[in-house]
Amino acid sequence: MQIEKHTLDNGLTVLLKESRHAPVTTFWVWYRVGSRNEVPGITGIAHYAEHMLFKGSRAFPKERVHKEIARNGGVRNAYTWLDFTTFFETLPADRIDLGLRIEADRMVNALFDPEEASRERTVIISEREGAENQPTFLLREEVMGAAFRVHPYHHDTIGDMCDLETISREQLWHHYQTYYGPSNAIAVAVGDFEAPKMRARIEQLFGPLVARAEPPPVTRTEPPQRGERRLDLEGPGSTAYLQAAYRGPAAKDPDFFPMVILSSILTGASGMNLSMSSPPNRTSRLYKALVEEELAAAVSGSLSPMVDPFLYNITATVRAGRTVDEVEEALNREMAQILAEPISEEELQTAIKQSKAQFAYSSESVTNQGFWLGYASIVADVGWFEGFIDSLETVTVKDLTRAADKYLRRRNRTVGRYIPQGL
Amino acid sequence: MSSSFPSAETISRTELPNGITLLTYESFDSPSVVIGGYLWAGAISEDAQQAGLSGLTAGMLMRGTENRTFGQINGALESVGAQLAFRSGVHSAGFGGKALAEDLSLLLDILADSLQHPTFPAAELEKLRGQVLTAIQRRAHDTGRMAWLTFDALLYPDHPYGRSVLGYEETVSALRGAHLLDHYRAHYSPQGMVLAVVGAVSSGAVLDTVRSALGDWQAPDASPDQSIPPHVSLDQTRRESATVGGKSQSDLVLGWPAMARSDPDYMKAYVANTVLGIFGMMGRLGENIRERQGLAYYAYSQLQAGLGAGPWAAIAGVNPANVERAIQGILDEARRLRDEPVPQDELADSQAYLTGTMPLRLETNEGVVSALLDIERHGLGLDYLLHHADLVNSVTVEQIQETAQKFLDPDCYALAIAGPALGTA
Repeated sequence: MQIEKHTLDNGLTVLLKESRHAPVTTFWVWYRVGSRNEVPGITGIAHYAEHMLFKGSRAFPKERVHKEIARNGGVRNAYTWLDFTTFFETLPADRIDLGLRIEADRMVNALFDPEEASRERTVIISEREGAENQPTFLLREEVMGAAFRVHPYHHDTIGDMCDLETISREQLWHHYQTYYGPSNAIAVAVGDFEAPKMRARIEQLFGPLVARAEPPPVTRTEPPQRGERRLDLEGPGSTAYLQAAYRGPAAKDPDFFPMVILSSILTGASGMNLSMSSPPNRTSRLYKALVEEELAAAVSGSLSPMVDPFLYNITATVRAGRTVDEVEEALNREMAQILAEPISEEELQTAIKQSKAQFAYSSESVTNQGFWLGYASIVADVGWFEGFIDSLETVTVKDLTRAADKYLRRRNRTVGRYIPQGL
Repeated sequence: MSSSFPSAETISRTELPNGITLLTYESFDSPSVVIGGYLWAGAISEDAQQAGLSGLTAGMLMRGTENRTFGQINGALESVGAQLAFRSGVHSAGFGGKALAEDLSLLLDILADSLQHPTFPAAELEKLRGQVLTAIQRRAHDTGRMAWLTFDALLYPDHPYGRSVLGYEETVSALRGAHLLDHYRAHYSPQGMVLAVVGAVSSGAVLDTVRSALGDWQAPDASPDQSIPPHVSLDQTRRESATVGGKSQSDLVLGWPAMARSDPDYMKAYVANTVLGIFGMMGRLGENIRERQGLAYYAYSQLQAGLGAGPWAAIAGVNPANVERAIQGILDEARRLRDEPVPQDELADSQAYLTGTMPLRLETNEGVVSALLDIERHGLGLDYLLHHADLVNSVTVEQIQETAQKFLDPDCYALAIAGPALGTA
């Protein structure tokens, strides 16, 4: 579990972790830029730029990159989210050099060909249209918009349609030049390699890349919430959904760990995997109150570790034949309960054990480990990741009472309801 | 590298006297263990009026036993971060679970209890039924799922592959506890059951634990249903649209009846499908429909070769205005694969991808469980993973073309489209 951390002269952070259980290595480069860094007019640009970074360079034309990775038995992908943009290759361990070369090249040599930018626009619009088909996407977008009036967490990573239609190639290029410098990036390698050799090779490939100016900071802090916000969204379908979003702490806030325990008690342990899918939560309080009581067909929660204070989101699918009002009333009763009575030591210990199990499962795949190590380094730091379980173990019942009082009150939440209108 | 793949040397395979086949593989890299398996109690034995029966039955196994309530089962599992779930497929009812290695006996104990002593409590059935009916309601407004539902019914009329395992509102509403109990008694049996256990527990210890949990199970009155439904054929194009109003995107599935996993054509089609809709960024379909035309975020192909002859299909999600162009793109690529020999280097790329990514697929305990179950289900032999690369590499340019000509007829196919009614988008 030894993680080596280095910083190159040009500012690139390098994290290395040997993991010898399979002849596989994963290599990631994480950029500290996501939709958090966007302003109205160019929402969705971080994600659009990520797509453009698959369009190749002179050294690695796009057709060649796909083929080289695949023919070497590798997989590759990229993700853009609120806080980050990241790219990875996972390859048989003896071929990982290809991933290193592709990422070093991507950091400085991408072409952003105007014709490619134009073709990709319709692909991204299609991606957004696919998302719009899902009521839960539409509801989440509305709730985020209401929960954040000032902070750019206001808009979803995919961006607003009007911006996707108008973002220019020049704006994409400017985004690339602004945010893709080595000092704004973290390189992560996990797998079957010798750390000194991996370090030397990364230095050789990334060391010569010229440092760029520090990107502008995000200055738009969300002011405190002064009362519950509510919205109803109408759309096609027969199923109603309820989303309750409580303003929560940032990953680095000491309150984050008590909130992990509270979210586990309310909606179940969080999965620590790439897909962020959660394990079953049938013993959680809200499952019992909503699903066992036959008001909801499903309930889930998410407390994402984030750079800036974000949300603890609870989403319930209203059961056929029930109403969203009934689900909300039951939710309110349960949330009042957690404020009224202290959590038992037993519930606390169960939540810790559940998180430990998720942590153990997450270490099976090097790709997953690379994901978590990089993600944690973006939203907090390596120590936060290494100390994750220890931090949970130091949480006390008193911490839970204080955190519940601070974050789980109605005045601190946004409630969104999806009201189906039939076909 | 292939020497590190699970093989006859490292996989333990044991047949218990009651008919259960146990496959184990040791991996001590993470302190966890994964289990998976199946029994011959799938939807294949349902008639059309009972669609959803096998799924409800599987879903009820953990909702109360002679020894534990639903709450106790979940309490025991979740308090140690373990998980277990049953679900039904067409041919079999399957299960999967994971736990910290120290909790394997608990996991197997609950598996055994759920399989041998379910009580199908009436109140729990109503809870589950409501969840299934909600899922069916959601499906009716999900363009991707409605395209598949429509496609399956179109290609496989009056056939088990044409029916939804989840069921339909009217069939699920009509099922009674007695139906579930009948299905359970008729088909749940250790005879032919397969269980794979992979993780940080020695094979010997796993065998002891499995023997003590499941070794005494007998179900002499049950008859596992291993029947294989007949092949279907298409003699003319069938096209159907499912209207899903108010949506921004249409989904389409265009395909053909193909082959079973055991068919000699399978390996050729497996490689041909990789060329058509998987390699790199979704193969030739992705290159045409996404990269060149910018029509879709996803356009790929899928070969479902199981115990019976499943479909070989192309899938795309596009703006309603672009449906016809996407269909044309798919048919053009089917035609090209039939009319022109695939360039040798393009074939070699797909072959290298299929053989080279095997270590990645076997990296997790889940991945190994899935491979072991595949090997057992299709009788591939414990050394299959060692031969996989040779089998893939033996496919020739001529065979790709012959396979495309045999299966991918651009003038005779089934096509389902789900989305806004055309002209209203």
